[in-house]
Amino acid sequence: MSDILEIVELTKRFGGLVAVNNVSFAVREREILSVIGPNGAGKSTLFKLISSFLRPSHGEVRLRGERISGLAPHIAARKGVVRTFQETTIFKNMTVRDNVVTAHHLRSHATLAGFYFGSAAARNDLDAFGTSADEILAFLGLKALSDEIASNLPHGHLRALGIAIALATDPAVILLDEPFAGMNHDETRRALEIVRKLRERGITVLLVEHDMPAVMSISDRIVVINFGQKIAEGTPTEIQKNPKVIEAYLGAEDESIGL
Amino acid sequence: MRRTQTATLKIASAVLFLLCLLVAVPLLINATGRSDLYYTLTSVALLSIISAGVWITFYIGRINIGQGAYALTGGYVSAILVMNYGVSFWLTLPLAGLFCAAASVLIGLPILRLRGVYFAMVSLVLTEVARLLALALPITNGASGIVSIPLPSRLSLFGLTLIPDFATLANPRLGFYIASVLLMALCFLGLYRLAHSRIGQLCQSLQQNEELASSIGVNIAYLRVIAYALSSFLGGVGGAMFASISQSIYPSSFTVADSVNFMLNCFLGGLGYVLGPMLGTFVLYFGWDLLFQTGEFQLLIFSTVLIVLMLVLPNGLMSLALPRKRSL
Repeated sequence: MSDILEIVELTKRFGGLVAVNNVSFAVREREILSVIGPNGAGKSTLFKLISSFLRPSHGEVRLRGERISGLAPHIAARKGVVRTFQETTIFKNMTVRDNVVTAHHLRSHATLAGFYFGSAAARNDLDAFGTSADEILAFLGLKALSDEIASNLPHGHLRALGIAIALATDPAVILLDEPFAGMNHDETRRALEIVRKLRERGITVLLVEHDMPAVMSISDRIVVINFGQKIAEGTPTEIQKNPKVIEAYLGAEDESIGL
Repeated sequence: MRRTQTATLKIASAVLFLLCLLVAVPLLINATGRSDLYYTLTSVALLSIISAGVWITFYIGRINIGQGAYALTGGYVSAILVMNYGVSFWLTLPLAGLFCAAASVLIGLPILRLRGVYFAMVSLVLTEVARLLALALPITNGASGIVSIPLPSRLSLFGLTLIPDFATLANPRLGFYIASVLLMALCFLGLYRLAHSRIGQLCQSLQQNEELASSIGVNIAYLRVIAYALSSFLGGVGGAMFASISQSIYPSSFTVADSVNFMLNCFLGGLGYVLGPMLGTFVLYFGWDLLFQTGEFQLLIFSTVLIVLMLVLPNGLMSLALPRKRSL
């Protein structure tokens, strides 16, 4: 498998603090790669750098060889790297279906003026958005909730809606920000299933996560960050055995990685 | 089937409403002889156009207390073009709007990055800046303003008179009333289409979560500026019409208090309803006038009622008429 996303010497300084320090790794096509690390290790900063929500101080992110870092978030999304958010980041007052329909923005062929005057292209777009939104909602098991106002959804479904919104943009790489955080066992199991199905759709998944058992069970490879630096990279088994990881990150709580 | 039925019903009631305004109201005014009402109703129509602009900025999630600045600018642009350059008033109407839209793009690019109360504060200052500019610039003639602006002249297309010269009209007030109502109808028709098209949906996405909107590829900076320019365009057109009706424009024609009122009109009418600003303006304007007899208590009663209304009807007066309307 070839590399789809390259992270090259990525560095972010906030004043004197180096949140992410010279991190490099590559994500392969259709792989599930997880970034883990203790609290404050710089995972979230790294995540924002990759999705262009932050500008790197040094280094860059490349999608199929093309630089996508240091741009506006909507341009990174247009190029095919789309992120989800941790908590209840959805369009609260829209219905579930409208959330997903709205998120089809990048698939528009019509112009804003076309949408205003209802041109043929705009009408085609709207039909296509509706069909695709229904497909995505069915894919993620949200079909029955289509007409519900999004803010009324229970926790687990909100996360799925976040992924549905991201899917609507037709991404090449999807960045999941702590997709299992705050979930019980059952919800996590369902969320893992969703992540696997994303890969089956041909999407590369890069996720940042705390939940060790979940990460170990789903990832093809894992990158470990501590104090802003990459300290290890490898398959889950390699990471579990890596003394640096155990020492720096897992330490006393080695049962949390399922050892 | 049901969808086409409700659409027909909506069009029918809109046409009926317009006919009421254009035919029934003038007949009633003729019968009662209260021709002063023309001026009042014209004002409501124009203020609701200006407020509709504020409503657009609400629709993208910005509290705009600076619409007075654009109304004032529009008034001056039209007055100066008519007085100094002899341009037909009807041509200055869109020009005033376009000038304001262009100015708002320049102003909006930096300030639309602000959110919540910060944007509101900066926009509030805009009106004051516009007033001070009108005082200071040589072309605006300072505190004495621009007066004796001629009434709108004839508008003809290919020799066909579309609008007669207002100076020759027996009742120019009626002329202004008709023109303003038509302008208002046009404005709200356009606004309705905007809110119910995909652009409205994108505006809503901005209002509800800008970060998420940009993550799905919406160019939020661009969309914000477009919405703000439309908003200012309406402000400019309304201001220009006002200057023409009163045949004068002064730095104090639109003040901070007016800007606040434009915002209140939207609040009172309902931010989720296209017709909200129209209803809000009507109720606020007449409510204020009705309370005139209470003398010194006018403002006290007025503001108390406003506060209570906002507490009881947070979604505006329109939510009474259309309680079960779902958001877009």
